[in-house]
Amino acid sequence: MGEILEIFLSASFWAAVIRIASPLIFATMGELICERAGVLNLGIEGIMVVGAFAGWMTVYSGGGLWTGVMVAMFAGMLFGLLHGTLTVPFGLSQHVVGLGITLLATASAYFAYRLALPRVTTPPRIEAFQPLPIPILSDIPLIGHALFTQTPLTYLAFVLVGVVSFVLFRTPLGLALRAAGENPAAVAAQGLSVTALRMGAVMVGSGLMAVGGAFLTMSAFNSFFFEMVNGRGWICIALVVFGAWMPGKALLGAVLFGMFDALQIRLQQTSIGADVPYQLFLMMPFVLSILALVIMSRRASVPAALMVPFNKGER
Amino acid sequence: MRLEVIARPSLWRMIGFPAIALALTVVFGSALALLAGANPFQTLGLILRGAAGSQFALLETLNRATPLIFTGLAVAVAFRAKLWNIGAEAQLYAGALMAVLLGTGALGWSPALLLPAMAGAAMLAGALVLLGPALLKTRLGVDEVVTTLLFNFIMLLFISMLLEGPLKDPMGMGWPQSSRLIPDARLPRIVDGLRLHWGFGLALIAAVLVWVIQSRTTLGYEMRAVGQNRQAAEFAGIPVGRVILKTALLSGGLAALAGFSEVAGLRGNLTLDLSPGFGYTGIIVAMLALLNPIGVVISAIFVAGVFVGADSMSRAAGVPTYIANIMLATALLTMVLAIALTRFRVRWD
Repeated sequence: MGEILEIFLSASFWAAVIRIASPLIFATMGELICERAGVLNLGIEGIMVVGAFAGWMTVYSGGGLWTGVMVAMFAGMLFGLLHGTLTVPFGLSQHVVGLGITLLATASAYFAYRLALPRVTTPPRIEAFQPLPIPILSDIPLIGHALFTQTPLTYLAFVLVGVVSFVLFRTPLGLALRAAGENPAAVAAQGLSVTALRMGAVMVGSGLMAVGGAFLTMSAFNSFFFEMVNGRGWICIALVVFGAWMPGKALLGAVLFGMFDALQIRLQQTSIGADVPYQLFLMMPFVLSILALVIMSRRASVPAALMVPFNKGER
Repeated sequence: MRLEVIARPSLWRMIGFPAIALALTVVFGSALALLAGANPFQTLGLILRGAAGSQFALLETLNRATPLIFTGLAVAVAFRAKLWNIGAEAQLYAGALMAVLLGTGALGWSPALLLPAMAGAAMLAGALVLLGPALLKTRLGVDEVVTTLLFNFIMLLFISMLLEGPLKDPMGMGWPQSSRLIPDARLPRIVDGLRLHWGFGLALIAAVLVWVIQSRTTLGYEMRAVGQNRQAAEFAGIPVGRVILKTALLSGGLAALAGFSEVAGLRGNLTLDLSPGFGYTGIIVAMLALLNPIGVVISAIFVAGVFVGADSMSRAAGVPTYIANIMLATALLTMVLAIALTRFRVRWD
């Protein structure tokens, strides 16, 4: 037990928790916006791959870091536009289209990577975002280092949760978005376009997922390699359910998840890790996500019109 | 814009839109070849020749189609009942695992007993793997899309654990791979001297059986009814929960046969790269076949041809092999849209 206590008391552990949670926060907020408007976006996994690649590629070919983030977001929005066009006005199956987008986006990123670097075996590294300690605050023991010695993208992730929360619950736009996911007929009766609201939500949401992916290459691993997203997108879908479609609770879920993930990495190096196969530790994130879904399953807070296409003039 | 249902679509619509979808896919593929600095006609020609240009190529395509028929059937069966099984990859590995557990010498039976035992055990394991998410869906209302997806990762790690632990081949020079199957546990070739194993025959039989189940049995009728309208099915007295569980058992079992046939027919042992995403590609196969079991055979051969052809083209023309995945994903998306457009008219008002 001493070893585990030691882990929890180390500042680097808490810094890792926040670092691991950051890309999940972006992507979870993206998925949450889509689902609140009534669209399940299973393109998330592939869109994260595209974001990871686009951001990395921009910096690798000489662009600035923030340009990379913008390019990633733009690429994500393009796939969001495709997803939205097929699922919103045409009302196609959100399951099939989403999985199709994931396959298309992943393959496109891999294709482009192979085109750009045909024979590279070790992925080249880029000069990524550096930690930006916030004066005074970062000197607070334990938490200070964890929360306030992060890269700018992490700070942005936390600000984003506040912005999403504010827009969804304190503005007319947010009210309209949520209504599009609960009762689209009522939105249409108000003279608003359900199609426009849902398309907008899917595009913005997809852009955020791509930024989550870009975090991986531009703020964590500093290079792009195959399989790097590794199911994070699917975990974010579980996090949205876990957070009961509320931005704040979803943030809590992402941080909790980061805690377990950081813990399993460190446990592998303790005396427990010597006896237990490392694969069991790597399974934990996925097992926990399933558990979270099971625990939250009784709560009926799903947007009522999630996955229900809206066709004007049909009743 | 809004969509208006067409009561009786014309033949022109039924053939025209899917044809446009395929044409768009080919045009998009050509554009990618151009982007890679290759001649599009030559690239497409090389893909075609690599897939079906020789006896060797054709047999290679059929071999590659075999696991895709099984996973395609698994997806088709499940999607028909609106059970979103995205976990065929995990079920495939469960089947492969059983094939290795029984086929490496644990059972000294004759092939006539051993092979059916392996296939049966594989189906059982695959069925059980999907039963978990299906029970979570029917009992607790947990969305099966996410749980089946997450199970894929868990299963792969579990297999990795076994291959580095109890199942590790002592003669494997330290590689994470299982021991090889005994000769009696291998699926024989259909024709001596030709590289096509009986897994393909088994896949064809499975397709016919699934067709019979779907179109000639009560279960098939119930599965369709549940998929078309759950509430109506419930109202009509169909035990919806039980139908979904039966669907899950069938779907998981079919996907597991892909693993069994790959291990016993082609590879001879279990490794972590047994499946390059056959489970996920099964979704494309099933959708292109409009969830029809006989159609699955044709679309699996088509999809396998694109993969095999792209592999051989990539070696010759240097266009990255991921062009195959892009073209297939494009085919999937355009085809789903085309099918919708045969049934709906777009009104701009």
